[in-house]
Amino acid sequence: MANRQVAFAEISPSEFFYRNRDLAGFSNPARALYSAVRELVENSLDACELFKILPEVTVTVSGLDRDSEEPDPKPYVVTVRDNGPGIDPRYVPNAFGRVFFGSKFLLRQSRGMFGMGGTMAILYGQITTTKPVTVVTSFDGNTTYTFDLMIDIQANRPIVLRRESQHGDGSTGTSVKLTLEGDYFRAAQKIQDYFKQCAMVTPYAKLTHVDPQGRKFPFERGTSAMPNPPEETLPHPYGIDVEAFRRLVKQSTQTSLVKFMSSSFHRVGPKIASQFLQFAGSDPNKNPGELTSEETVRLVEAIHRFDGFLQPDASCLSPLGSEILDAGIRKELQPEFAATSIRPPSAYSGYPFIVEVGLAYGGRVLSPGVKLFRFANRIPLLYDEASDVSWRVISEEIDWKRYRIPPEAPLGIITHVCSTKIPYKTVGKEYLADRPELERELKNAVRDVLRQLSGYLKKKGSMEMVKRKLNIYGKYLPLIARFSTNLAKAKRPPRYGKLLGKRDSPREEQRRIEEYS
Amino acid sequence: MKSTASLRRREVKQLLRQMGQRVYTDLDNAVFPELVFPSRSVRNIVYDEGLKQYILGSSSIRRSSQNIKHIRPFSQLVWLAYFVNKLVAEGKTSTLRDVFYSSQAYNVEFVDQDESDEIITDLEEVLSKAREDFSVYPEERSAIFGDLTIEYTVPGYEGKKLNLSSHPDGYLIGPSLSTAEFVDTSAEMVLAVEKGGIFTRFVEEKVHKKFKALVIDTAGQPPRSTRYMLKRLHQELGLPVYIVTDGDVYGEHIAMVIISGSANAAHLRELTVSSAKWVGVWASDVVKYKLPSNPMTEADIKRAQELKKDPRYTGGIWQRELDLFLKIRRKSELEAFSKYGLTHITDKYLPEKLREAKGM
Ligand SMILES: Nc1ncnc2c1ncn2[C@@H]1O[C@H](COP(=O)(O)OP(=O)(O)OP(=O)(O)O)[C@@H](O)[C@H]1O
Ligand SMILES: [Mg+2]
Repeated sequence: MANRQVAFAEISPSEFFYRNRDLAGFSNPARALYSAVRELVENSLDACELFKILPEVTVTVSGLDRDSEEPDPKPYVVTVRDNGPGIDPRYVPNAFGRVFFGSKFLLRQSRGMFGMGGTMAILYGQITTTKPVTVVTSFDGNTTYTFDLMIDIQANRPIVLRRESQHGDGSTGTSVKLTLEGDYFRAAQKIQDYFKQCAMVTPYAKLTHVDPQGRKFPFERGTSAMPNPPEETLPHPYGIDVEAFRRLVKQSTQTSLVKFMSSSFHRVGPKIASQFLQFAGSDPNKNPGELTSEETVRLVEAIHRFDGFLQPDASCLSPLGSEILDAGIRKELQPEFAATSIRPPSAYSGYPFIVEVGLAYGGRVLSPGVKLFRFANRIPLLYDEASDVSWRVISEEIDWKRYRIPPEAPLGIITHVCSTKIPYKTVGKEYLADRPELERELKNAVRDVLRQLSGYLKKKGSMEMVKRKLNIYGKYLPLIARFSTNLAKAKRPPRYGKLLGKRDSPREEQRRIEEYS
Repeated sequence: MKSTASLRRREVKQLLRQMGQRVYTDLDNAVFPELVFPSRSVRNIVYDEGLKQYILGSSSIRRSSQNIKHIRPFSQLVWLAYFVNKLVAEGKTSTLRDVFYSSQAYNVEFVDQDESDEIITDLEEVLSKAREDFSVYPEERSAIFGDLTIEYTVPGYEGKKLNLSSHPDGYLIGPSLSTAEFVDTSAEMVLAVEKGGIFTRFVEEKVHKKFKALVIDTAGQPPRSTRYMLKRLHQELGLPVYIVTDGDVYGEHIAMVIISGSANAAHLRELTVSSAKWVGVWASDVVKYKLPSNPMTEADIKRAQELKKDPRYTGGIWQRELDLFLKIRRKSELEAFSKYGLTHITDKYLPEKLREAKGM
């Protein structure tokens, strides 16, 4: 008995994610290269948008050994430079050298959510190439800091190999350079798609991609209108669980339940707090710190049953809005017709969200058939399309026949979900879960844009009819004029130009008549 | 005898000009021109008891150049008016087929001849004139023989005269004959026969002299130009018309169309000779003259039953003969008289039947 032992060990978050790197989108060299690029780009865009800086992001991917003819996979250097606000040098080591360290745990819409994206890319690079990451940043423009960092995986701690500072040139921004084992050959298409789609929902950003052959792919700015940065909000009661509730209680300095409720939750004031506590049968003056475990559980259950809470408002969200979405669609897809539908704010489990859907029809970029472009908090989602709620909606929930869209019409459907918490199914951020509220909003928005398209096609059809009519009149009326002039023995052709929708000069008429005589 | 041909030509030209002026004025006022004429749909063909012929009812077609479906036939109709106006002015004629091909030079081409024939009928309605009046003739032609002097009005032959007994094969009833003036005749009747063989027999047997008759070969169901000729002979020369056909339901119907008109030409009232008489061969003649006969076919019987329901066939000999055909279920051709010798038909049958017909 005594020699039967169970070994207990604790692993650090970074070790856990290293072991389970599939979860974060680093499953193979091609996917890892793609994920590294997008994590760094998304960090840059997040940073710029929060400070309302028109983003300029340059992404360079090059072979570590430029002259190497070695086949993929092989070490690549990825450099992402932005014109964002920069990072306070005090936080740089942790921001890049520690999993679950980040500035985005607030209830506010951003691409980053978990505090591990950039760090995972660095971690993966370190494991596969043993090279440190180099971060160059300036947050005040006066001084530029350069860090070489590695991660102590077991301790989930940064190791600072170098820290230098120089005089800045007055501009702020960050550049992250990391080395990792990648397969550009197989990742190239996805990386290209990523930039194209990014450009679609961030038409105000200037993105440049330089590939390993030194070729430059610029995505120019299509508008300088930027969405308003989101505000931070308190958690909504519907999204709360027992553990989160306990944490809020711990953070709070309030000594009565009614004051605690009305200061800790989104859109809960004293009035709603009292109504709720009455509904829950709790004493409003009770000190929240004195709640027993059972009382806490009962209270949280009551929260989920109470229907008097207000819907979350959208101030913490930063939807693109119809104008920017439209500009992005037109810029990247150059469609014959574009439509957008912006849904009012809604919520699932207490998290506010807004669904925005765009539609592109025809043009030279789209090929026949329906193509879905999925976005969440402005991140293009390129993998696992068939598992996504948007896909389910357009393939199962829409009665396409209703809209009389010609079969095989070139159609692009763009879905954008923004939320303080996107219901990703994995930390790899590739597809969204089927939340009924989300599904409903997507369905409504997709129907709306299809209705708009259907209206356009109808109008276009009748306009073509008018054009065809004018053509037919243009062919036959001159003949009728000529024959009747002859029959009537008239001296001049009749003035029927108005019937062709134009008033032509007698000379013009004469010319036309002469043509036939 | 007055010159009806030139009068008719002037009238047609006048009608064509009026039509052109209507269209022209509308266009000049920036109004989409339209033409209204009676509908020829089956529902609008009605039998007129008083006229004893089919005529068109009161519903009409409004063909507007504004209607995208109408503008092409509208243009074709105006083109046709323009085209026949030139024909009439130049004294030329054209066949139905010519019209079909001529359209192609003017960007108003017809899909097929059926379509151009339709438009020709439309113009007949718009003008209330038969196509022969505006110089359009069908291809099939029948013949006339007898003592009638005509004077041509067609270009190159104006003033030229001809006696229609000069050539034993007879003369084609074509455009030049249809437009010729009647100068002189000694004839006292017109004998219309259904087929060429009997026509030739009649000429050989000098029927024109014995009966003082103009003989016409209708070549089966007579073309409209022939019916028109019969009408003119009756109207202008006051000659009674007698019709001789095979002894079957089709022969009976040939006579009926000459007398009461056809549904196809319900829009034209100038083609019938309502006083014309069918002298035979009747079903009762088949029996009475013991003519060699053949059994009626299924199609013959069906046709007889159809005609029994036709309003033109009410009363008189018409129902009676149909009933008899259906009873004996046999039919005889005119040639069957040859059984009794080649001249039997002219020497015996015809005089007897003419006497009988005159008494009707
Ligand atoms: N280019 C940048 N400019 C400014 N701040 C940055 C930049 N890149 C990273 N950061 C900071 O580093 C933090 C960690 O980034 P990281 O990508 O690891 O996590 P995250 O973006 O918060 O969440 P996620 O795991 O969803 O990407 C960010 O929260 C942000 O504060
Ligand atoms: Mg990130």
